[in-house]
Order: sequence, then structure tokens, then C-alpha cells
Amino acid sequence: MTGQTGTGLRGRHLLGIADLAAEEITLVLDTAEAMKEVAARPIKKVPTLRGKTIVNLFYEPSTRTRTSFEIAEKRLSADTLNIAVSTSSVVKGETLADTVMNLEAMAPDMIVMRHASSGACHLLARICRARVINAGDGMHEHPTQALLDAFTIREHKGRLAGLKVAIVGDLLHSRVFRSNLLLLHKMGAEVWVSAPPTLQPPGLDRLGARVTSSVDEAVRDADVVMLLRIQLERMQGNFFPSLREYFTVFGMTPERFSLAKPDAILMHPGPMNRGVEISSDVADGSRSVILEQVANGVAVRMAVLYLLAGGSADEA
Amino acid sequence: MEVAMAVVMDAQRMARTIARIAHEIAERNRGLDELALVGIRTRGVPLARRIASAIEQIGGAAVPTGTLDITLYRDDLMRQPVGPQPVVRSTEIPFSIDDRRILLVDDVLYTGRTIRAALDALIDFGRPQAIQLVVMIDRGHRELPIKADYVGKNLPTARAESVQVRFVETDGVDEVVLEEAGA
Repeated sequence: MTGQTGTGLRGRHLLGIADLAAEEITLVLDTAEAMKEVAARPIKKVPTLRGKTIVNLFYEPSTRTRTSFEIAEKRLSADTLNIAVSTSSVVKGETLADTVMNLEAMAPDMIVMRHASSGACHLLARICRARVINAGDGMHEHPTQALLDAFTIREHKGRLAGLKVAIVGDLLHSRVFRSNLLLLHKMGAEVWVSAPPTLQPPGLDRLGARVTSSVDEAVRDADVVMLLRIQLERMQGNFFPSLREYFTVFGMTPERFSLAKPDAILMHPGPMNRGVEISSDVADGSRSVILEQVANGVAVRMAVLYLLAGGSADEA
Repeated sequence: MEVAMAVVMDAQRMARTIARIAHEIAERNRGLDELALVGIRTRGVPLARRIASAIEQIGGAAVPTGTLDITLYRDDLMRQPVGPQPVVRSTEIPFSIDDRRILLVDDVLYTGRTIRAALDALIDFGRPQAIQLVVMIDRGHRELPIKADYVGKNLPTARAESVQVRFVETDGVDEVVLEEAGA
């Protein structure tokens, strides 16, 4: 006989890592371990969310995240609806609120949303009955990416607490960075960050990060090296002289990566700019876990969907 | 709230019952090489391992043993208006179930809904030649047409009562307890 209940997630939505306690993060990671086993079965599908309708509402381009959510939803037997904004009424001038109210009329159980504006998911959560999962909002958060990164680290290192994690790249524009910094700090990892001063948001040290302008110092003896994409599409000014110069000073080369521990892993949330933040030798090397991150994304998103699909205490 | 408890089986009786079930399995399944045991989490797992060990003593050959978590197959997951979701744990069946005779093992047979979920889960892993059900306690109150092939003890109960099968591996003690919620 089964039927043990866990601590559960306290909230109805997953809007950011900021809202999660350490034990909730651990619950997601533990649940994802069980979900990963489903992917190894001959029939990669369980009936858990049969009858649930999930809308994937993506206002920004996405390959990995949208596909990953869709596969996770289908593996849990949910009915999935993908709305690409370029082919929706948004191009006719419909507001986010109106789009969501119209979707609500069709009674979806969950909405997975990516939006270019920070905080858009919080607005969505306030105006709709469905549960909301943030798949990336502007420069704010990307919680499921941080959770899958943590899952990948824990798979390789067995823990998060006490690890030295170096994060290098465009910290200013990166929602992945914000979610990862919050998560790793909550879980007791030591986070070192390095970026050109123009790509460092203010107040990093208050968030628990060790800031250095020397990539070598950040990477030295690190257990995990995480690189972030240079987000040229979000840059409205001159943040550094040239991509070539950025690669020379901040790019992850084999020589630079050799400063990390011999068993260090190399991570990147994708998509990569080869020759800008990372060399192909490192990206395709034996210690790169970049494709594992993608595979783990499905299991982690299955876990999040499962944990949010049930009743939550605040609905009592 | 006081809870009245009665020990229905002690450690010695449980050991004898497990040995008897193992003999029944060996007798009914000539040729143990096609057998495999799958324990339903949580307490079907130690029971399956003990039965496997007893069968090995009888037949001289190890019987493959796996673990099944049926949480993702439950029919009541989305019916709870409040409260957290049940904890999902991993399923580990490190052998092909195709053309094997699978002994599905659980501690208590009650409504039959757990077994229904387990059958759905097992069939997602392949096509066994047959599935037989082994339970330590059959407490009645079936809601589905499911019957065990091997029963440790038939225990008539009221719905208000609760049957707890405990194992050293999971609970630090071997015993079966009948608990009745009283005023």
C-alpha cells in the first residue's frame, strides 16, 4: 500500500526560485529522480495528468524550454496546447490580460508562459484561475532551468551544499543566472561570478555571490563551471569592445577550464555562442554536461507539473 | 483520540507465513527460472525480498526482484481538493518482464485500487506470461474485481480500522497490527 504524502509545494504557481524554500527545492529534485526513470522505459508515458489541459504560451522564441515542457506534459498524459504568439491574436493588438482571459474561458488547468517582460507571470497568476509556471520572464527568473541545473549538479556531485560553483558570462541580462544564484545560495553552495563590469547587475554581493573580474580566480578549484550566453538581442549599448575581445578575456578555453578541479563539470543553459563564451573544445569535451542538462530538463519539468497539479494547502 | 491496537501477527508468525507462501509459490510454479518478484512500494518491497530469499532456499536459484512505485498510476491523484501530492519514488525493475511469470507483492490488499494501478504500471514494462498476486494481509472491502493468489492471512476488518504491516527494514520491527480509531 502506498499513499505517503510529502511536504508538497506551498504555492499554487511556480513563478520563481525566490518563492521556494530549500526543502521545496529538494522535493522537486527528489521527484525528478523518479520521473527520470520513466524516460528509460519502453513506454515513456504515465497516466498521471490524464484529463488535465496545459497551455504553453510563449511570447519569445524558444526551442529547448518549450519542447522540454511539451514532452514532459505528454509523458504525464496531459492535453497540451501550444500557442505561438506570432500566429495568435497578439499580433492584432490583443493585450496579455485579454489573451489570458480568453484562454481562461476554455478552462486550462495550467499555463506555462515565457514572456519578454519581467514580472509578466506574476500578473498572469493574479488574473487567472489556472496554475502558472514561469518558463522565463524578461531578465527576472527562469526557475525550471535553475532546478534542472541543480538536478544535474546533484547527479554528478551528490550534493549542492559546500560546492564551489563559478558562473561566467552575461550576468546582467540573464534570468537563468538570477534563478541559479538564488537556488545555489539557498542550498548552501559557494557561488563565484565573473563578468565584465558592464554586464554585472548591482547588488550581487547582497545576493550571496562572490564577485571577481578575474575569470581565473572564479574558476580555480571550482566543482562546477557554468557559462552564460552573451545576449546580444537584449543589448542596447556597447557593453564590451568586441566579441573577439570578450572571448580572449572571459571565454572558457581548455587552459582556463583546467584551473577547475579535475572532476569539475562544465554547464551551459544554451543556446551556446561558440567562440564567444565557450570554445568548441570545452563545449564538446568529456566533462561537458550540456546535453545532460537538456535531458534532465524533461524530468525536472515533469516533477514540477506533477507537484503543482494536485491540491495545495492555500486552497483549503 | 485514543487508538486501540491489537497485534495480529508477531515476528515468528510472520516468518512462518512468509516461508509457507514461498513453498506455495514453488509448488504452483514448477520451474522457478521464469519467475520474478515485484514488490509494490513501500512495504511490498521488503516482503518481496524475503519471499525471494525463501524461494532461493527452497529451489536453490535466485529469483530476480524489482520495485514498483505506483504513485503516477493512482486514480485519486487529482481528486484531492487540498494537500500535497503523494511522494513519487523510483521504480526499479532491472530485468525484462516479457514472458516471465511475475509475482506482484504487496503488504495489504484492501480496495484493490493499488493493485489495479500496479497492473497498469507493470504492463507498461512489457508483456508478462502471467501475473500472480501475493499479499500478507487480505482485509476485505474490495472495490474492484481483484483477488490474491497467495494470502498470508485473511483478516476481516471494519472500514474504520487500519491494518499496519511492519517490517524490520522499514519500521524496525516485524509485526502486523490492527488499529481501531476510538473515541
